Amino acid sequence: MLLTIILLPLLGAALSLLLPWYQVRSWILPICGGFHLLLAGFLVNGTLVTGPWIGLDALAKLVLIVTSLLFFGCSIYAVGYLSLCRERGNKVIVPCLLVFLSAMTLAISSRHLGLLWMAVEATTITSAPLIYYNRNRLSLEATWKYLLLCSVGIGLAMLGMLFIAYAALVGEVTPISLQFDSLLLGATSLSRPWLHAGFIFLLVGFGTKMGLAPLHSWKPDAYGEAPGLVGALLAGGLTSVAFLAILRAVQLMTAAGDGVMARQALLGMGLLSMALAAIFMVRQPDLKRLLAYSSVEHMGILAIGVGIGGLATFGAMLHLVNNALTKGCLFLSVGNIHRAYASKRLSEVHGAIATLPISGTLFLAGFLAITGSPPFGLFMSEFTILRGIFGSGQLWVGLLMLLLLAAVFIGMGGTALPATQGAPVKLESAFKDSFLLVVSPLGFLLIVLCLGLYLPESLQQALRAAAALLEVKP
Amino acid sequence: MTNLLLLTVILINFFSLGSARLVACIRAVALQGALLALLPVAVHGLSGHSVMLGLGAFCFKGVFIPWLLLRAIREVRIRREMEPYIGFVATLILGALTTAGAFIFSDFLPLAAEHHGRLFVPTALATMFSGFLLLITRRKALTQVLGYLILENGIFIFAVLLSEAMPLTVEAGILLDLLVGIFVMGIVINQISREFSTINTERLTALKE
Repeated sequence: MLLTIILLPLLGAALSLLLPWYQVRSWILPICGGFHLLLAGFLVNGTLVTGPWIGLDALAKLVLIVTSLLFFGCSIYAVGYLSLCRERGNKVIVPCLLVFLSAMTLAISSRHLGLLWMAVEATTITSAPLIYYNRNRLSLEATWKYLLLCSVGIGLAMLGMLFIAYAALVGEVTPISLQFDSLLLGATSLSRPWLHAGFIFLLVGFGTKMGLAPLHSWKPDAYGEAPGLVGALLAGGLTSVAFLAILRAVQLMTAAGDGVMARQALLGMGLLSMALAAIFMVRQPDLKRLLAYSSVEHMGILAIGVGIGGLATFGAMLHLVNNALTKGCLFLSVGNIHRAYASKRLSEVHGAIATLPISGTLFLAGFLAITGSPPFGLFMSEFTILRGIFGSGQLWVGLLMLLLLAAVFIGMGGTALPATQGAPVKLESAFKDSFLLVVSPLGFLLIVLCLGLYLPESLQQALRAAAALLEVKP
Repeated sequence: MTNLLLLTVILINFFSLGSARLVACIRAVALQGALLALLPVAVHGLSGHSVMLGLGAFCFKGVFIPWLLLRAIREVRIRREMEPYIGFVATLILGALTTAGAFIFSDFLPLAAEHHGRLFVPTALATMFSGFLLLITRRKALTQVLGYLILENGIFIFAVLLSEAMPLTVEAGILLDLLVGIFVMGIVINQISREFSTINTERLTALKE
């Protein structure tokens, strides 16, 4: 079953290469996405799947269902989007999206660090053509930076992995394997210096992919130039997958009894990410780059949550769900605005609500949600993380985070409000909100709203189980 | 035998740091990849795993990837690396310093007993540093890809020590990822040269705050 969910998108990709009809090829996306979501639902409700190569634990289940849901929403949007830009063709983007989904699923479910690395690198390669979709100089520059920085970053993660294997060699753990469960079993006898070096390299490598400061420099460029739909998948899906990879390293460090060091590193990078993002969000004239910095900020919040531990880890798990779905809503609605105004800069975009009633409103609501305003889910998760921080006695970290959250709210509002408010603009393009283009962001926003009002018991259990995997075992 | 191989690898690092001719650089990196392909057999003896790994590395690192790069360079008609950010002599000196540093540093590393005093770890570190130097100091997109390849070669040397931790399927997948990655980079280089009529990356500076 788990293998099916990985292979299914590949099958769809092969099919899309063979079929000659444009519309049919677009529709393969939601069909595959739908089946993927269905299978993911079955797997998540089923028992834990374990195997030497692929398996699902509580953490993987959480990321899997979020990624699958996000992809399904984006795939519906994609049908509408691709029918608008027929001149660019969909012979590249559809197979790439599907292989990208398959690689993400493989990365989520892999139980072998080598396999995990392979899958994450595959996501880098398949997402490069997606970023280059618009085929102009700017997207070319963004693609080059993304490809080179992430490849080198992932190369360092590979080195980190080898260091961990070397830790097993020096610590005389047998058999020397990068299989995750056997690593966890022998974690206490791993050689300390090599394990620490391995963790740092994994953090740097996958942190590049996740976009934690100071390794985020590709992010504004790539998110800024990619189509909204790709931005949504990168900011919601891929970052969660990279975060999962970092969490695996944290799990290993915790099992070895060095969880404190791992947490401190995450906490430091998290705070730095929030601070840098807050600085660059003030007076940011570009809507998509604004969202990219917001993504850096939220990766920081995730890292802080796990860095504090306890209740904050639970909050971080909830935040992962909320962030992915809200980013989906924001990127898709900004994609619509970009398409309608033929610009994503504040100098041209204003009065979006009056001009594009649904997309504009969705963007404004998404802005309120992502900055943590009640009653949306992010308020709950950020509140939980803050409670965890203050509860653990780290007063200054909590105050700093509150200050940065306020700065982000003001900075982001300074761009999002003028873009949405004001008199309607006479558009040159014939773009109008259509069902396919607004139903997914609307759906994402509604889910985030529901999560803010009521957290179902089953989800709470899932989040608790995921957080428990990261806790220190006595 | 292994020592000779590893020393040649270091010499090739220096050659690619000091050479301005792109074709020669690509050939050097191809030779480096081919030499590294002998390493698993030289270290672990003739076993199914090491032979397959060596063959795979030879095909990908020694043949396919250089062929892709040579094809890319033929299409963009660029032969020489002009005016790097740091001059050739300066990069060579830096390369020599980092190589010496790698040798000194690896003496302090808590290596496993059987790896003490061997050339593996220092060579791996020196090769990675050389890759980084190329990545940082060169303007041409193609030389940056070569830097990335040398970096990966350095990681490969380290990986050979640990080949029991990496099943063959994973290694094959990693090599395939590398190949496809270089293939995509080749396409992007081609597009860059078509759009900007150069593959100098300093033109790629429109996106900034």
